[in-house]
Amino acid sequence: MTDFAVILISTILVNNFVLVQFLGLCPFMGVSNKLETAIGMGGATTFVLTLAAICSYLVSNYILIPLDLEYLKTISFILVIAVVVQFAKMFIEKTSPLLYRVLGVFLPLITTNCAVLGVALQNSAKAHTFVESTLYGFGAALGFSLVLILFSAMRERLAVADVPAPFKGPAIGMITAGLMSLAFMGFSGLV
Amino acid sequence: MAFMKITSPHAHSPGNTGDVMKQVILACIPGLVILSYFFGPGTLINVVMASFTAVVCEAAVLKLRNRPIEFYIKDYSAVLTGVLLGLALPPYCPWWIVAIGSASAIILAKQLYGGMGYNPFNPAMVGYVILLISFPVEMTQWAPPRPLLEGGQALMGPMAALQQIWLGVSVDGYTAATPLDVFKQNEGKLLLENMYREAPIFSNGSWAGAGFEWANLGFLAGGGYLLYKKIFTWHTPVSMLATIVIMSFIFYDGGSSNSGGSATFHLFSGATMLGAFFIATDPVSSAVSTRGRLVYGAGIGLLIYLIRVWGNYPDAVAFAVLLMNFAAPFIDHYTLPRTYGHEQSRRATEKQE
Repeated sequence: MTDFAVILISTILVNNFVLVQFLGLCPFMGVSNKLETAIGMGGATTFVLTLAAICSYLVSNYILIPLDLEYLKTISFILVIAVVVQFAKMFIEKTSPLLYRVLGVFLPLITTNCAVLGVALQNSAKAHTFVESTLYGFGAALGFSLVLILFSAMRERLAVADVPAPFKGPAIGMITAGLMSLAFMGFSGLV
Repeated sequence: MAFMKITSPHAHSPGNTGDVMKQVILACIPGLVILSYFFGPGTLINVVMASFTAVVCEAAVLKLRNRPIEFYIKDYSAVLTGVLLGLALPPYCPWWIVAIGSASAIILAKQLYGGMGYNPFNPAMVGYVILLISFPVEMTQWAPPRPLLEGGQALMGPMAALQQIWLGVSVDGYTAATPLDVFKQNEGKLLLENMYREAPIFSNGSWAGAGFEWANLGFLAGGGYLLYKKIFTWHTPVSMLATIVIMSFIFYDGGSSNSGGSATFHLFSGATMLGAFFIATDPVSSAVSTRGRLVYGAGIGLLIYLIRVWGNYPDAVAFAVLLMNFAAPFIDHYTLPRTYGHEQSRRATEKQE
């Protein structure tokens, strides 16, 4: 149990994928303009990331390693992620058309979220077991959603601030993300 | 004949931003005096240098942006940022530490966001964290408090202090571990009772570590004055301190070597009181509503305790405040008070009917 808690705390806070490992920065900057969309994106990414971590574990351990095809790891993980995203898209479209309309554009974007590939590759590099891989993916997604949602609430406020002209928009967003990354260094050593 | 149009509010409260900032600066004095009594003139020099740099940087940016310089300098917010940073920095640290910290606090954390009233992070704490991460050696050397000086060694005088700060002429052995450092290094070694007896910083103190306990008491007194003056409400500091007390009770475990430390120890060491009354209550970067402030303060207390006891850093006020600053807009979003005339609270972003 302790191991699992350690994995969760580590991926959510100490080794946060966005602010400490700098993965998944494109959606972090791109989809953080409004709180509502950020919450939707966080939910969709959590779903996809956890599922992708499971699927890539299965592919890696039951297809690639037995067949000695580990050099195909990266390309097969990309394929797995694309399939999972497509599946998630179809699933959400049929079960919840409303959520599908809210997320519409962002769902395909998750394919290009490097945090998803990062989780799959790190899982296989760290030789995680099945449960560990799943938790690693889930924790990474929770950490991603946490900072994305907090950041979007802050950016709504920055949008009305009297920011000097050269720093308006993404520039001040980047500076804010940098300061947040500094604050997250305070978590080092927690696990 | 032209009539002037005057809109509401018609009743004005006396005072302005400048007066509020001056009151807060005034309330820092007991803590500053006690720090100077126990650690010599280092903190006072820090405060003077930091506020000077802050005002110069503020004026320079305002000049670049073609804003009225005098108007913004007179609100004393830059001075206050400098004072708070100076109080937080270790005494007798080199002058460039103070200058870099103060400049990044004002330019990076305040003016880039549009200046007074727009900064999402507490500027003084941004300056402090940048320094702590960039120059860990200089930032972790505290001077020994007065009761710890050995026979013959005097408290550093103003001349020696200025020499150390400006010329780097250091006095040998003039550093000592703070109570939080001692506590962190003790992890898993001595029972708390024995640690209190053996470490001079604790055996010379009355209840929580020589010097630091009195400095925290000074800031508590200053905070009490500000509460009495209604500069801020009680919600943030009280919920922050209460959370620290509750966490210490849960993880005290009777004082073993792995204990989290007693509540008195956590309340009166490090920057707890300075953080609770002067940093966390910053009206710009904290949560706004009453319920929001309770959540915000509790979050800071929880993070301080977590990082102090299980993290790498001995003290965590700066990190905890920045992390909760980051969460403050989100907290505000979900703790909106009910608007008069509405049945339920309404989100600010909701469209009006």
